[in-house]
Amino acid sequence: MTVGIILGFTIQNKTKIVKAIGPMINIAIYVLLFLLGISVGLNETIINNLDTLGTQALLLTFGGVMGSVVLAFFTYKFFFKTKK
Amino acid sequence: MKDSLIIVGFFVLGIFIGLYHLLPQIFIETDFSIYALYILMFLVGVGIGTDKKAWEILKNAKLKIVLVPLTVIIGTAIGVSIVSIFLKDISLRESLAIGAGYGYYSLSSIFISQISGEALGVIALISNISREITTLLVTPIFARYFGKIAPIASGGATSMDSTLPIITKFVGKEYAIISVFSGIVLTILVPFAVTFILKF
Repeated sequence: MTVGIILGFTIQNKTKIVKAIGPMINIAIYVLLFLLGISVGLNETIINNLDTLGTQALLLTFGGVMGSVVLAFFTYKFFFKTKK
Repeated sequence: MKDSLIIVGFFVLGIFIGLYHLLPQIFIETDFSIYALYILMFLVGVGIGTDKKAWEILKNAKLKIVLVPLTVIIGTAIGVSIVSIFLKDISLRESLAIGAGYGYYSLSSIFISQISGEALGVIALISNISREITTLLVTPIFARYFGKIAPIASGGATSMDSTLPIITKFVGKEYAIISVFSGIVLTILVPFAVTFILKF
């Protein structure tokens, strides 16, 4: 990834290549999630426990979002809010 | 939104193919995903390096706006830590790694499944997709009761693209640049943070 960033810097002005990167990343992500899907489908333990996994996932989302939002309340109040 | 559906579509298609054993044996025996991941890492690196606008925004940022992604990082860590007390099957370290996806579900779930197995990868995928969906749906309420930074914080890494329109609609255009900045910082951070949390 570091190699990629450095290479990216040096070819910043080659617009054609730059434009091709976005779609290429998308394709790589599609392939990888497709492969992840396959291994999940092959894994009976995961398939049988999807509801448990989903519940845990949602609880973590709730924690992450609420933590961020509550802290953001204070960040806004003390650093960003302008007095009118 | 269209992109999200395509990504989830590929994942679900994969599940069905795996579930009904519709694929040649070689796929099951060889793990192609690690090579695909190397390619992806490289491409993401090139993408970050070539993104002139992103570097421009990072360079010209006022010191104060660094507080916004920092808020997301600390807030998320505190939130998931509290939740992880109640989750018997997931360790604190794993919870923190899932949180450190900051809504960037495609990359974070790929990394996490590669390091800690598919089960945790699936949790990361669902959890981070939900973060994006939550932000899309609840932004008006967050903006009203928790201030103008709150929707940006909720969006995490997605506040630079998929959730940007709804965020600017409710907190105003003057916060768009902060939203994009925070999203860029977190997006770049995701692969490093996830790997670091799980490996050290």
